[in-house]
Amino acid sequence: MIELHSVRKRLGSRQILDGMSLSVGKGMNFVLMGPSGSGKSVTLRHIIGILKPDEGSVLVDGQEVSTMDRVQLMTLRKRMGYLFQNGALINWLSVADNVALPLQEHARLPKSEVADRVQQVLRLVKLDHAAAQFPPSISGGMRLRAGLARALVTNPEYVLYDEPNAGLDPIISHQIHELIAQVRDDLGVTGLIVTHSRACATQCGDRIGILEHGKLAVQGTVDEMVHSDHPLARAFLGGGAD
Amino acid sequence: MNPLAHLGQFVVARADGAGFVCELLLRTARYLPRLRRRFRFFLDTAFNAGVRSLPVTMVVAAFAGAILAMQTGIELRRFGDTAVLGTITALSMCREMGPFITGVILAATVGSSIAAELGTMQVSDEIAALEVMSIDPVDYLVLPRVVALALMCPIMTVLSNLIGIYGGSVIAEHNLGVTGPLYWASAKEALTSSGMLLPKEVYVGLLKSFVFGIAIATVSCAAGLKASGGALGVGLAVQTAVRNSVLLIIVLGFIVTWFFYFLGG
Repeated sequence: MIELHSVRKRLGSRQILDGMSLSVGKGMNFVLMGPSGSGKSVTLRHIIGILKPDEGSVLVDGQEVSTMDRVQLMTLRKRMGYLFQNGALINWLSVADNVALPLQEHARLPKSEVADRVQQVLRLVKLDHAAAQFPPSISGGMRLRAGLARALVTNPEYVLYDEPNAGLDPIISHQIHELIAQVRDDLGVTGLIVTHSRACATQCGDRIGILEHGKLAVQGTVDEMVHSDHPLARAFLGGGAD
Repeated sequence: MNPLAHLGQFVVARADGAGFVCELLLRTARYLPRLRRRFRFFLDTAFNAGVRSLPVTMVVAAFAGAILAMQTGIELRRFGDTAVLGTITALSMCREMGPFITGVILAATVGSSIAAELGTMQVSDEIAALEVMSIDPVDYLVLPRVVALALMCPIMTVLSNLIGIYGGSVIAEHNLGVTGPLYWASAKEALTSSGMLLPKEVYVGLLKSFVFGIAIATVSCAAGLKASGGALGVGLAVQTAVRNSVLLIIVLGFIVTWFFYFLGG
């Protein structure tokens, strides 16, 4: 379970998070929406321990992330996957090598086992045909799917998705949404998804929260939020959204 | 904001940057036992450093040797002592000019590309991606680059020295009336007359270039890792890397020479 309690974070002169509280139960996809600059990605970076809160606490399975030392953080991160906006693949490694990287660094598995596991996750994201290609030569959607494969290759309990459909056309976006839902349903992975997309929120999410001024302004199940009268819910999830 | 506050901010930012470079160097040293795992990247970086900067280093070294011989030879000719031109050119190249030229060119070619590469990775979240995979960027990216430049800089320096001495010989023969055999005999004597295998100047020069290699790689990696703000940030990182590398080459070069010739006797 992921929990944030009254987290405050200032970056430069801006108060990004201002009393942010959030709870994500096991096995669900929680969708975090909100205006640009409202602190969605910063929230994810607190959970993975890249950023530390100025105040408040960030808990993963009851363990305080903000006070973890480097070794504890490494242990925590091995249980988590993170999908960056553009996939954040290493350009000089092939798709297969990118996906294999976390296993090669930590798992101490035989090469054949690593190759099998890589092939397995590449098949899951429908990218097995592009294993030998390099990131600059593949499309944005393929890079994202490769990023997702890399996030899943270590069998994480949690995956944090940072705008998984940014800049993608509706067809590729739909494929990514299906994948995210499949990861939850088939692998039981808990997801926290940052997005601006109504389609992403409604197709992948179990619960939706909308951030404003550094804290959750409104949250509920997908159904509750789609039918909510809250101005933010209507702006992000109403008929005209997306 | 008042000027004192500006000055304070400037000093704090510079101290923070220097502290980051020192921390990076210490963390890199701690990861040295893991170099075997990074051997492929180490070889790639070493090869790139050599290939990318060898031609320009050789051209500059040849001209530097020629200029050195010309300037020294003009004065020596007034005293009728041009026979020692080979000695002076050889020792000056080995002690000062070779390491300096190689360092500056490596800073401009390899240092700038390291800063651009790591800076681009930083602004496109690739460094953050390594961190969330529990891969320390210092281990994965900085270590092979620092070791590669620490080894390549002395190797390139040896080549620079040889080409520089050769450049000097051309001027000596054609413009200063020093015959080739005399110039080379004088240079050879300077480089072999020591009780050690090679004279102190050669060792000091090689030590300098080793230190320069570490400094260039560490400063350039630090600049890249600190990059922020897209393409503009990457550009600033490259500028910072080259500027700080050249500054360090001059300051560290002075310190090493001072240590071995004035402090150590």
